[in-house]
Amino acid sequence: MADELKLSVFQAWFSDTIPQNKALGLQVVGVRRGVATMKLEWQPHLVGNPETGVLFGGALTTMIDACSGMAVATMLTEPSPFATLDLRIDYIKPATPRQAVIAEATCFKLTNNVAFTRAVAHHGDPDDPIASSAGTFMMGTKGSVLQAQSIGARLAKEAP
Amino acid sequence: MSLRLDRLRKARDAGDLAALAEAIPYAQWMGMAPENSTGELLTRMRYKPELIGNTHLPALHGGTIGALMEMAAIFHLLWELDNESLPKIVNITVDYLRSGRPVDTIAKATVTKQGRRVVNVSVEAWQEDRSRPVAAAQIHFLVNAAP
Repeated sequence: MADELKLSVFQAWFSDTIPQNKALGLQVVGVRRGVATMKLEWQPHLVGNPETGVLFGGALTTMIDACSGMAVATMLTEPSPFATLDLRIDYIKPATPRQAVIAEATCFKLTNNVAFTRAVAHHGDPDDPIASSAGTFMMGTKGSVLQAQSIGARLAKEAP
Repeated sequence: MSLRLDRLRKARDAGDLAALAEAIPYAQWMGMAPENSTGELLTRMRYKPELIGNTHLPALHGGTIGALMEMAAIFHLLWELDNESLPKIVNITVDYLRSGRPVDTIAKATVTKQGRRVVNVSVEAWQEDRSRPVAAAQIHFLVNAAP
């Protein structure tokens, strides 16, 4: 897939068709096997501290959960439903008001039962993070497979 | 002290819970509000279709449950403690126990340890049956910290 086409497919499957991701306005800005990158624009209704305009931590929790889940999906060679098992987030410094946040998640290990992820959120420089995260995902959970949870299988087929 | 926080303090003194949620834009947008009709402070996230993360099950987005638990902890600290400023989150660990069905979710925060600068809060979230929690969280906040 050409890069732009690939991004638009991931945008469709990981944001536009997932109601909460769409409501937040998550944009998929990068993808490769094991790595997902998303962008969240600052919006007044996402503010947690009205004095400072700093985003509510929970808005980043949702973004990091979504981005980490997408990183897991890129690793799958067989479609499989999965769900977040646990997520830890360290808030290193407040997000700067009116600046977009970038989240970059990596799925660094996938086993039959559990996928392991880490993620960092920043304003453009990953070495100056807003938040850092470690997550685990339970693989083979109940329910049918979402399009989003089978995309790794497609990526693997199309890899050169 | 800003007008917003001053309003918050007045709200607390007057026992006006609704004003807590009105002070935080994200709480309003997400439909999260504190309630104490049963004599304990709970925070409810009203179900709406925008909260869904998995359309097949369907299930709430895990992030929204994490956000609810953080909000429940903040409402609890604002209500119970005499803070000079909004508590600042240091970190959160969320354990997801069950998928969140498309109904209201309720969270209850408990202060595990209150220090001079940092407070440790446990939060549990459930839906119709409190004995079957959907998630649990441990959160650290800085309180009364310099901005």
